[in-house]
Amino acid sequence: MTPASASLASTASVDALAACEGDLAWEADRSTDPTGLGLVDPRTQGIVPAAASRVPRWLQRLLGPVALIVAWQVLSMAEIFDARTTPGPATVLNTAFVMLGSGELQAHVLASLGRVLHGLAVGVALGVAGALVSGLTRWGENLIDANMEILHAVPNFAFLPVLIAWFGIGEEPKVALISLSVCIAVYINTYSAIRNVDASLVEAARTFGVGRRELITAVILPGALPGFLVGLRLALTAAWLALIFAETINAPAGLGRMMSDAREYFRVDVIFVLLGIYALLGLFSLALARFLEARLLSWRRAFDGA
Amino acid sequence: MALEQPDFGTVGGPLAVQALDVRKAFRDHAVLRDLSLEMRPSEFVALLGRSGSGKSTFLRVLGALDAEVEGHIRVPRRRAVVFQDPRLMPWLSVLRNVTLGLPQTQETRQRGLATLAEVGLHDRAQAWPRTLSGGEAQRVALARAMVREPQLLLLDEPFGALDALTRIRMHALLKDLYQRHRPAVLLVTHDVDEAILLADRVLVLTEGRISLSAPVEVPAPRSRSDPRFAALRRRLLSELGVDAD
Ligand SMILES: Nc1ncnc2c1ncn2[C@@H]1O[C@H](COP(=O)(O)OP(=O)(O)OP(=O)(O)O)[C@@H](O)[C@H]1O
Ligand SMILES: [Mg+2]
Repeated sequence: MTPASASLASTASVDALAACEGDLAWEADRSTDPTGLGLVDPRTQGIVPAAASRVPRWLQRLLGPVALIVAWQVLSMAEIFDARTTPGPATVLNTAFVMLGSGELQAHVLASLGRVLHGLAVGVALGVAGALVSGLTRWGENLIDANMEILHAVPNFAFLPVLIAWFGIGEEPKVALISLSVCIAVYINTYSAIRNVDASLVEAARTFGVGRRELITAVILPGALPGFLVGLRLALTAAWLALIFAETINAPAGLGRMMSDAREYFRVDVIFVLLGIYALLGLFSLALARFLEARLLSWRRAFDGA
Repeated sequence: MALEQPDFGTVGGPLAVQALDVRKAFRDHAVLRDLSLEMRPSEFVALLGRSGSGKSTFLRVLGALDAEVEGHIRVPRRRAVVFQDPRLMPWLSVLRNVTLGLPQTQETRQRGLATLAEVGLHDRAQAWPRTLSGGEAQRVALARAMVREPQLLLLDEPFGALDALTRIRMHALLKDLYQRHRPAVLLVTHDVDEAILLADRVLVLTEGRISLSAPVEVPAPRSRSDPRFAALRRRLLSELGVDAD
């Protein structure tokens, strides 16, 4: 809902409340309502979002974060915030540029990004493969699904010590932890999406002589795609979260390494830079997921009215 | 009482459907009780019955959607079903929905387009199903059924969700398609007028069997003002337990 329509909706509901208060409110309404019928303009009822304003949506949405940063800067300059525990945005930005200038930031971000991509690739592949096998076959379901559910029930990060015992303290346990989180998120959502494909569509397809192969490629997989994409979006979030835990294991490079160094030397400004980086990477991941949804689910657009 | 009556649903000669003593129960609720029905090739039969009388259940049996049933049942290999809702795959184009289940060749594509042209939707072949109106979607469902040249076309209240005007158009379209392809048709409907307008024979399903089988002897073009139309209408309504006028 746009800010404008939100406020209209809330005044509309206030109107509705007022109208409930009986004759007094009714009389008051009449003064602004020449019909005297207590009629309302349907466009103010807030069910349908108001028409888009000329300012692009993303720019409108930027208002909140910008306001927050400005307030933060003002409070810092007024020395209401202690510079040692909460450096202002200008200081943080300055630190970021220094780190970029030395190439230090890029190197660490790339190291972390590499781990996440590696973990995503492995986790998505395993999650999708598992979901296909257990979603499409009875034996696969018997074999895999209960195990995945048990895995899902254990907090992923509890596996870290085991992963270290198996893989040592190199890259492998880090990637394995990320893969595990991703795999579970993708599996759970894709499997249930496959199992929940509209049975009436499957039945209709069967009556038209659709064979097993076409049933899977033309009905079940496209029907399960929205669920898979939900899983992928959750997996992206899970991957960054897993990264933080993974990089608590001895890491020569990466955001986690920078974070622990910054903590050691009490570089609060660096910590804020890193928080900003995590935010950007997370937002970028979600944008990527949204992009994929828009591309792959174009058939849904007619329905969503977008 | 319907149960003591002879079987009204049987005919002689070559058959498109033969169902003898069909029995179907959901747990202890007997829905079809020794139902018998025979249909000739290219015969257009309408099946009426109160809500819950088992029309859909029987149609699903003929459409091979329900195998847990007793009795002797024979249907052609090439069948098609149209449901009350269009049941189009929202992620496939209109054309791809029509050619579902057929070998994907250039020839199939052409046939799909030709059938879409028959239902007047040639120009929507590449559209997503969700951009279609209810009537258009149901026309696509009809095209999807007709494209495979069925020997038996099963229609379960295909126009039930449509408005009266669209329904009239769909009647004309169905008549047209029927005359062109001449499948045997079993049309389940609530609408007595629809049954008389379209069918060669109208059946009433009561208490699990065919309690009435009436040939429609109203000459074309069938009109509601024809006294024979009105007489049959009255007869069917009274069989359905509704008193006309
Ligand atoms: N899957 C099922 N499980 C249990 N009972 C069922 C099932 N399907 C149908 N029935 C019951 O069988 C009876 C006949 O149902 P059916 O859908 O065939 O009726 P119908 O004649 O098509 O009715 P309508 O005109 O309302 O569509 C109903 O009493 C219904 O409750
Ligand atoms: Mg029914």
